[in-house]
Amino acid sequence: MCNDCGCSVPSPGHDHSHEHRTRTLRVEEDLLAKNQRLAAANRISFEAHHLFVLNLVSSPGSGKTSILERTLGELAGQMVFAVLEGDQQTSNDAERIAATGVPVKQINTGTGCHLDAHMVGHGAEGFDLISTDILMIENVGNLVCPASFDLGEDHKVAVLSVTEGEDKPLKYPSMFRAADLVLINKIDLLPYLKFDLEQCKDFARRVNPQIEIIELSCHNGAGMSSWYDWLNRGVNRKRGLEL
Amino acid sequence: MHEFSLTLNLVEIAENHARQAGASAIKSISVKIGMLSGVIPDAIEFAFDACIRGTLAEGASLEIIDVPAIGQCRQCSEKCPMESLLEACPKCGSFALDILQGQEMALTEMEID
Repeated sequence: MCNDCGCSVPSPGHDHSHEHRTRTLRVEEDLLAKNQRLAAANRISFEAHHLFVLNLVSSPGSGKTSILERTLGELAGQMVFAVLEGDQQTSNDAERIAATGVPVKQINTGTGCHLDAHMVGHGAEGFDLISTDILMIENVGNLVCPASFDLGEDHKVAVLSVTEGEDKPLKYPSMFRAADLVLINKIDLLPYLKFDLEQCKDFARRVNPQIEIIELSCHNGAGMSSWYDWLNRGVNRKRGLEL
Repeated sequence: MHEFSLTLNLVEIAENHARQAGASAIKSISVKIGMLSGVIPDAIEFAFDACIRGTLAEGASLEIIDVPAIGQCRQCSEKCPMESLLEACPKCGSFALDILQGQEMALTEMEID
């Protein structure tokens, strides 16, 4: 055995300038470590401003932007909002939010399928956080990738519309497990669909027994008051930190 | 396809460790992927070849270690293997399982020159 490196090649004539330089390095580092560090920094900043921060996630077309539009309009004067809009392309959603008079910033991810903590940290820089109650982060429409990326939010809120099929929670369990609240939207369409609402709620609770569920329609306003109550409780909890 | 950005992270982390160790090249990278991490190992492998180009890890091999998932029931504390997030406790039938293992995705070991 070689006396220098312990390999099985006999010592005489053994050259140490070649493959034996290879060393094994033991590392234990999470692939999301950088995102988690930045998310923790975001969370510290948000906490310092007593800001209630929500990360809205859903498949495309579930009505996230429409829910926001109605919420911002109806709660104007009661709560101060700021909005970050995540989309791969266009500033269409940010323009819709801007029309409500609420400060908004569009983040285009290009080919990226999710927002990350770095984008959100910089995105929030332009807002007057100290006078803001709620920061709404509308994630890229995608029920897969955003589940893995902490942005520093208080809660992930999953939006599911009744035109999508009641088994969405079973098909995308990671997201519904990561969410604390699910908004079942477009319930005004229930009379025209075969959507089984109770089954959908049962599926969501199977994936996440703790999940809260609110049924609403951002079109006719049904159930919106339950959502506003939920927001109010969150904001009050944050304000409670000041006492 | 968040596997692509995760693989970019993987290569960046590996390069940082290699530089700190004074290495000039990375020969192999081992990564553990939990069965319930939401990551598809094949997609990591697919992205890896593209992500290592022009880095210290160019030409490196990739070893993926699958980590099986284990859950523990919140009702009766029974531990059980989990194939999916939809698993019920085999003892009491509750769906409230905490995941003890199987959500990790981490660089564990690498060979450097």
